[in-house]
Amino acid sequence: MELINIFIQSAFIENMALAFFLGMCSFLAVSKKVETAVGLGAAVVFVLGITTPLNNLIYENLLREGGLSWLLGAEKAAEINLEFLVVIAFIATIAATVQIVEMAIDKFSPALYGALGVFLPLIAVNCAILGGSLFMVQREYNIAESTVFGLGAGFGFMLAIVALAAIREKMKYSNVPASLRGLGITFITTGLMAMGFIIFGGIKL
Amino acid sequence: MNAETKNVLLGPIHLKNPITLHVLGICSALAVTANLETAFVMSGALTFVLVGSNFVISLLRNKIPGSIRVITQLTIIASLVIVTDQLLKAYLFDVSKQLSVFVGLIVTNCIVMGRAEAFAMGNPPGKSALDGLGNSIGYAVILIIVAFFRELLGSGKLMGAQVLGDWYEPNGLMVMSPGAFFLVGLIIWAQRSFSQELNENE
Repeated sequence: MELINIFIQSAFIENMALAFFLGMCSFLAVSKKVETAVGLGAAVVFVLGITTPLNNLIYENLLREGGLSWLLGAEKAAEINLEFLVVIAFIATIAATVQIVEMAIDKFSPALYGALGVFLPLIAVNCAILGGSLFMVQREYNIAESTVFGLGAGFGFMLAIVALAAIREKMKYSNVPASLRGLGITFITTGLMAMGFIIFGGIKL
Repeated sequence: MNAETKNVLLGPIHLKNPITLHVLGICSALAVTANLETAFVMSGALTFVLVGSNFVISLLRNKIPGSIRVITQLTIIASLVIVTDQLLKAYLFDVSKQLSVFVGLIVTNCIVMGRAEAFAMGNPPGKSALDGLGNSIGYAVILIIVAFFRELLGSGKLMGAQVLGDWYEPNGLMVMSPGAFFLVGLIIWAQRSFSQELNENE
């Protein structure tokens, strides 16, 4: 039950893109077509689903105060606190995972690889991915919770980016003021979507 | 100040603004602008990281092998971010609590990576540091405008002090995320109406 709660919370109530503004750069840049938006969304779900639990293991067993007790024994390990290294350790894990995903997509689906183009390496510097791991530390999730959290957050991001892409495709036919075209109207649309997502607030199972 | 220096330093404030034109660094720009204080601290932190990373990466630009440049850049940026994070925790603990994960997220702030890739890899250190400073100012200007309106309209305060009287009913929407999106959208609209050449043709 707790896990379902975390999923719903991360996907809807605390949507990465619409409530925390994470992953905004690719959110705005890759949302011109539904097709590419689905591809990027799927990649984010996949990478978040892998890196969040992976980083959880690294945090619990290496970086946390006393986390090294499996190696040095509880007494010695209690003196070691490597928590200041989280940022660099997480980003290295993420960059490596993204590299693997990139090679896998290149091998199995060249069409998707072509469509995502330059945005795939950019997932490494997508704040949603690193943000997911940092929130995981802040909220003290365990391994199961962080897996669910990663998948939920990724799903929420995918939902938001696909919805925005669909709206933008339709918007081509509307007469937007010249200076608002492109980025400006996208921001306002996203704002309206964020307002819609606020209604999920307070849902608990 | 000669024309080129001026262009590198002041260009990013209006015509080449990283946030409103290049769509870089949006995440943190929106997330930390619910009040002015955090916006100032965040701008300071980003300035430190961006100037430092541009300078260091530019110093090493001829030594970094092309195939592993992204991870090298990330390592340099992450180290600077760790320093910033620890400094904030030591001297400005309250603000650092409010900023929560967003200081760490400077690592993935596209402005830093974007400038490293686009400018520092091809220009001498002095000029790169200046470019970093210019882009930080462009970022800070937008952050401060957004934070000013969000705090003023959202809670009737500025820098935590009450400025609007009892007659003003705070608009809670401004503090929440949609307010930030609307404000940035409106800023872009205003900026592009002022300089028509920035319009996009979709």
